[in-house]
Amino acid sequence: MKGFEKPVLEIKNLNKQFGKGCSDCCDINEKKLEKNYCPECGTVYACQDISFELYGGEILGVVGESGSGKSTMMKCLYFDQEVTKGEGYLSSYKDGLMNIFNESSQQKRYIRNHVLGKVYQNPMLGLKMNFSSIGNIAQKLIAAGYRSVRDMESRGIDLLNHVNIPVFRMKEPPKNFSGGMQQRVQIAKALSNNPPVLLLDEVTTGLDLSVQANVLDLIKKIQRELGISMIVVSHDLAVIRMLANRTIVMLDGRIIEKGLTDQILEDPQHPYTQQLVHSLLV
Amino acid sequence: MKISYNFAFFDEGSKREIRRAALKAVAIPGYQVPFASREMPIARGWGTGGLQLTLSLIGKDDVIKVIDQGSDESVNAVNIKKLIKKTTGVEQTEKTSKASIIQSRHRIPEVPLNEEQILVLQVPIPEPLRLVEPSEYKTKRLHAENDYSGAWLMLFEQIMKYGSMSTGADHPVLVYGRYVMAPSPIPRFDNPKLTCSKALILLGAGREKKIYAVPPYTEVVSLAFDDYPFRVESFENKKCRICGATEVFMDEIIDEKTGMASYQCNDTSYCLKKLNNSADNQGGDISERI
Repeated sequence: MKGFEKPVLEIKNLNKQFGKGCSDCCDINEKKLEKNYCPECGTVYACQDISFELYGGEILGVVGESGSGKSTMMKCLYFDQEVTKGEGYLSSYKDGLMNIFNESSQQKRYIRNHVLGKVYQNPMLGLKMNFSSIGNIAQKLIAAGYRSVRDMESRGIDLLNHVNIPVFRMKEPPKNFSGGMQQRVQIAKALSNNPPVLLLDEVTTGLDLSVQANVLDLIKKIQRELGISMIVVSHDLAVIRMLANRTIVMLDGRIIEKGLTDQILEDPQHPYTQQLVHSLLV
Repeated sequence: MKISYNFAFFDEGSKREIRRAALKAVAIPGYQVPFASREMPIARGWGTGGLQLTLSLIGKDDVIKVIDQGSDESVNAVNIKKLIKKTTGVEQTEKTSKASIIQSRHRIPEVPLNEEQILVLQVPIPEPLRLVEPSEYKTKRLHAENDYSGAWLMLFEQIMKYGSMSTGADHPVLVYGRYVMAPSPIPRFDNPKLTCSKALILLGAGREKKIYAVPPYTEVVSLAFDDYPFRVESFENKKCRICGATEVFMDEIIDEKTGMASYQCNDTSYCLKKLNNSADNQGGDISERI
């Protein structure tokens, strides 16, 4: 019998709430809140029962309006925030047998340093702006266990070449760079430990169109050459169309539609997705 | 007006609390134990952390030695000694081997310490990750999760900028294979003295409200890369212009008229002891050489 491909990352029923909840909203399945917050107690249900799989070499797009829970989901995946409940399995961590959200904080840091890479929307969150660009890359390598300066330097130079940062500027701090260059240094840093899964959170937001195109081309190139699985979050459907093989659409903390990107764009089923696709065509 | 102090300035409850923090620090080598740093009659940043440790530990039979950057006679050392003398009346000494408690700023004495002694170091910035991470909440978490990439990053940056590790003092160390610790601003020359020290080493930061420790016979390793090993300051082919000592940490003195550099022992009591010994042997007058 032909076996099914095992996902690189599998998320099951991820929930994240801010607030304790009240009798009116605790059982959200029965009450079915209209929005993702409770008007009685103010609890925000940022992510509700998020489930998806990410396969090897795939780019999964996550699209939705501001406040739909995309970035919160990414923060939970990178352990920047604790999940309220849910399960996550990484095939490259303990053969995908352990729920990563239940691991100790030390193990979560190990996963961050060895298995995951993340590029933030705001480079200030992903980079140390006063340290050299190669130092930023080296920090991730040190965390992954490198102890040879020469090895780290040569790996850093390779990565900076890969993201088109001139090597003669490697000792400059990212604060001297343009927004696009800062994002490219972040990508180089995220790639430094050869992560099987790369998380990209609104990486082109705030960049002008030509720089956006450069960064998107770079992401495509990296995916093609290195075969890394990626989750790309964006509120811009054009970005998702260019990058993603499959797409999930989020609204009010829930996944309202998921499927192949072409299918979502050509034949959207949910009224919100239809509205989103329509806005792209206008 | 006659002012009477409780023995060693603090009330007994305060001393007990500081000792409790020190005991915890000994139990977890290199771990920074928070403590309620007291108001002192000297300014914070002038050795209040070390002084609180000293005053909490001192007994009537102790012999105290206080040094500041190697000198027994600097203003800071003299003031601290006066305070200890006034509030305890214990014997003071300049001889390292005679002291039971040695409070020091920026140096570990040249004379090897023994098991009967306690070295108290004054610490301005106890957090080795502070320059990389300003948030205390985050640094505590980094310690807990054993992520010291920030401390290594500082050294990596120095190598990128200057071609070698350039920490003049306070070179971070790994204590007992677990916690990375700021050894206070002692020169790199003194770092090897921390490992397997016979004396208990206590470090106190009054302003930052932290106590930490290196218990006797504990392994302490200075951070270094595989291809950039840790090196101490070299005084090769140099000797003290007063006592002729070699292989000790020396100050460089520039003659204003000639511009010539000469060297002399940084540890003044060591220098004096060596000078006295040689004067005894040779029967000469030491004042001719100073």
